[in-house]
Amino acid sequence: MNNTGSITVLQKYKRKQLNQRSQTLMYIASGSIFLLAITVIGTLVGDIAITTNFTQKNFLPHMAHPFGTDWLGRDMLARTLKGMSISIYIGLFASVISAVIAAVLGAAAATLGKKVDAVITWFIDLVMGIPHLLLLILISYALGRGTFGVVVAVAISHWPVLTRIIRGEILQLKEANYIKIAEKLGQSKMKIVVKHMIPHVFPQFLVGLVLLFPHAILHEAALTFLGFGLPPEQPGIGIILSESMKYLSLGMWWLALFPGMVLMTTVLLFDVVGGSLRKMIDPHSAQE
Amino acid sequence: MTCMNHKHILQIKNLSVTFTQYEQGLRKTDLRVIRNLNVSVGEGELVAVVGSSGSGKSLLAHAILGILPQNCDAEGNIWFQEELLSPERIKELRGKKIVLVPQSVNYLDPLEKVGKQVRKEQNEKSLRRKQEELFDFYKLPQKTADLYPFELSGGMARRVLLTTAMMESPRLIIADEPTPGLHLEAAKKAMSHFREFADKGNGVLLITHDIELALEVADRIAVFYAGTTVEEAPVADFQSVDTLRHPYTKALWRALPQHGFHPFPGNQPYAKDMPNGCPFGPRCPQLTSECEGNIQEQTIRFGRVRCIHAK
Amino acid sequence: MDIGRYSGILKYVVKSIIKIISLLIAVSILSFVLVSASPVDPVRAYIGEVGMANMSVENLAKLEAYFGINTPPIERYWNWFTGFVQGDMGSSLLYRQPVASVIHVKFMNSMVLMTTAWIFSGLLGFLFGIIAGLYRGRWIDKAIKGYSLLIASMPTFWLALVLVMIFSVWLQILPIGLSVPIGVNAAEVSILDSIKHLILPALTLSVIGIANITLHTREKMIDIMGEDYILFAKARGKSNLSIIRHHALRNILLPAITLQFASISEIFGGSVLVEQVFSYPGLGKAAVSAGLSGDAPLLLGIAVISAALVFFGNLVANLLYGIVDPRIRRGSAYE
Repeated sequence: MNNTGSITVLQKYKRKQLNQRSQTLMYIASGSIFLLAITVIGTLVGDIAITTNFTQKNFLPHMAHPFGTDWLGRDMLARTLKGMSISIYIGLFASVISAVIAAVLGAAAATLGKKVDAVITWFIDLVMGIPHLLLLILISYALGRGTFGVVVAVAISHWPVLTRIIRGEILQLKEANYIKIAEKLGQSKMKIVVKHMIPHVFPQFLVGLVLLFPHAILHEAALTFLGFGLPPEQPGIGIILSESMKYLSLGMWWLALFPGMVLMTTVLLFDVVGGSLRKMIDPHSAQE
Repeated sequence: MTCMNHKHILQIKNLSVTFTQYEQGLRKTDLRVIRNLNVSVGEGELVAVVGSSGSGKSLLAHAILGILPQNCDAEGNIWFQEELLSPERIKELRGKKIVLVPQSVNYLDPLEKVGKQVRKEQNEKSLRRKQEELFDFYKLPQKTADLYPFELSGGMARRVLLTTAMMESPRLIIADEPTPGLHLEAAKKAMSHFREFADKGNGVLLITHDIELALEVADRIAVFYAGTTVEEAPVADFQSVDTLRHPYTKALWRALPQHGFHPFPGNQPYAKDMPNGCPFGPRCPQLTSECEGNIQEQTIRFGRVRCIHAK
Repeated sequence: MDIGRYSGILKYVVKSIIKIISLLIAVSILSFVLVSASPVDPVRAYIGEVGMANMSVENLAKLEAYFGINTPPIERYWNWFTGFVQGDMGSSLLYRQPVASVIHVKFMNSMVLMTTAWIFSGLLGFLFGIIAGLYRGRWIDKAIKGYSLLIASMPTFWLALVLVMIFSVWLQILPIGLSVPIGVNAAEVSILDSIKHLILPALTLSVIGIANITLHTREKMIDIMGEDYILFAKARGKSNLSIIRHHALRNILLPAITLQFASISEIFGGSVLVEQVFSYPGLGKAAVSAGLSGDAPLLLGIAVISAALVFFGNLVANLLYGIVDPRIRRGSAYE
């Protein structure tokens, strides 16, 4: 009969050269180290960021001042790092607050019955109806602008998306077989929540929290840029960029270019770290 | 018996399918979901591959048609009308000589009208006529062509899926669970079209979890267990438990309602933790130490079996 | 014609409009509470510090009465609400004009900018997303995905600054800001000039907008290519081209509509920043000025109008959905 010794290869999976796990871990590690470095150095920079030196005004980037100096002779690298670290602190605080709000509302919507769910869903629609930046302006305005205004605005406006995710996760879990079996076996509600629900939802929550960072940071910078956030004395990234606008037509490009690049890199790194963490807990997103 | 006096339409030898998957933490695992599977379909034959739901037997259909997901390896020899197929040749044949009848209306594009899908968006007169003839043949109203898939009833959907297969002149139909949720009588009626097709000298490979249905309509039955076919037997052998060869088939037989409904303990092993040697070993009453070695397929009384204790 | 067939859609529209109205009222209450809570004193904001010092007590009392300082907030809201329903949104402190007419002018300016960006980002994002999704994992996907991730991390206002540096300061081919050159009457501005002033803001908004639409379209495309009907089409021997043309593109249209209309809110946010950098006289810039100078009526009006725009976009998306998707369009007839 049709007996041949060889076997036909019908399909070959093109595997990635690198091990996904170590590659992703590497992304997370290097991203975190870089972000930590910016924060720590920015915090330690201290007064250098606001020290004026009129003998060194308007310097182009060079060895002593890699990001150049501004019209008051302040070192732009120090200002940028200082500003970035402030933004990261605000972003950290705001993300945690927003994530906690999201966890509470998401869990409430998914577990406290249809009415509560309808109210929370309606509230999400409401908050998402106002363009986010406008909402931030309104909240900051209500609080008399300034640092307090921007921190609160960013902290209490970032929860809707994560709330939806957590609500969806819990609703799905409630339908999952093993939860239903646990219920049938007569396990107490508390035990089910602690033993089955939280271990599943918590990683999602954590990833959601990290992925809120980039939004929070960008929004803080934007709000500050528009004049609703940090006061002008602070070397916030938004302040630096807004001030640079006046000097653009004079050709002082470095005042805007480097601080913006650092801001972008920070946001990108948070995104990469968050995305990599998600890959780790939800491997389907890694299946290429 | 069949392999003696008929020509093969389809013959599969040593088919294996291995998935590469990532688990939490991105640890990579290889899952061998189909292993060294053999099955064949002769001219005029309807062969049923029977296995429990979710055991991966659909992947057999997908492998024959070259539509497996990207993240897996597949190897094995597939002959169609005595011709050894390459992946390229499979692509040429599928949809023409080898056709799939899928299990549900989900396999139709929800946003395109049925008639257009049956004709593969072609509009030539001859194709239109052929489609109309087939609708008549399968007792579908002509206006069905202007419906969207969601507007079809379950029975209509099954017949529409059948017309998609018959638009070309296939020699082999692969039917993947074509009668989901139907009770035996209705399923038998639905199967009559496949029987007719086979009786014209063609082949049908029926993939199903429903052993009672298979016993009613098939000529031969291949029993699928843990990624491989443990036994291929003429349907007549299922008259008595003594003519069956593999302990798993026997256990299945005893679990049938008309034979006492004896359940047998245990579950199929997952592809992840497959035992050495015979996959049925841990549940087998006849387990010996030799069962942990390599199990060769042997031919006994015109049937094939993967068990060293089979008589 | 069979009216019953359309009753489902009609019911849906009425229900949606009621929901939108309830949400809009809620938005106005929320915004009203926020602007009222502000420590910014409207009288002080209106006449300024120097004016305050020179103001007589009676006049001050008149102004306070005008701004409703001593009226209870619920009554003040009700006054605002009844006025709003009749088209009166109060007076802008900043522009010394009715809020409605300020918003009208600014809205028209913003619409030109936002619509241009909306169309460009939508079309290009859709195209890139489809290509990336189809060639998942290949170099072109990696390039598109990388580009989109980078842009998604880019601060809108910084991109605006970079474009100004390149095109206005360095190459000097496009104007720095102001949609109307200083000293020229708005009515005398030539169309060519307007377009020149539109290019950079619109480019910034489009580039930023593309990223999100691309990434989302890509995800949806990947989902669709994994659907059973695509698998079956392959099994039937259809060519890749035919599968893309007849099935993938048809099915990606539904999520694309949702994405495109959901992006309105985001584009509006972006326009606030872009208008600020380019001194473009639109709603966004007006909102910033209102917020910075304590012009509560204007800020409130803009908040409500922008929310109306977002909700209206959602409604249009849902209606389009009904037209494209036969399950909704013809669903009611076969119930």
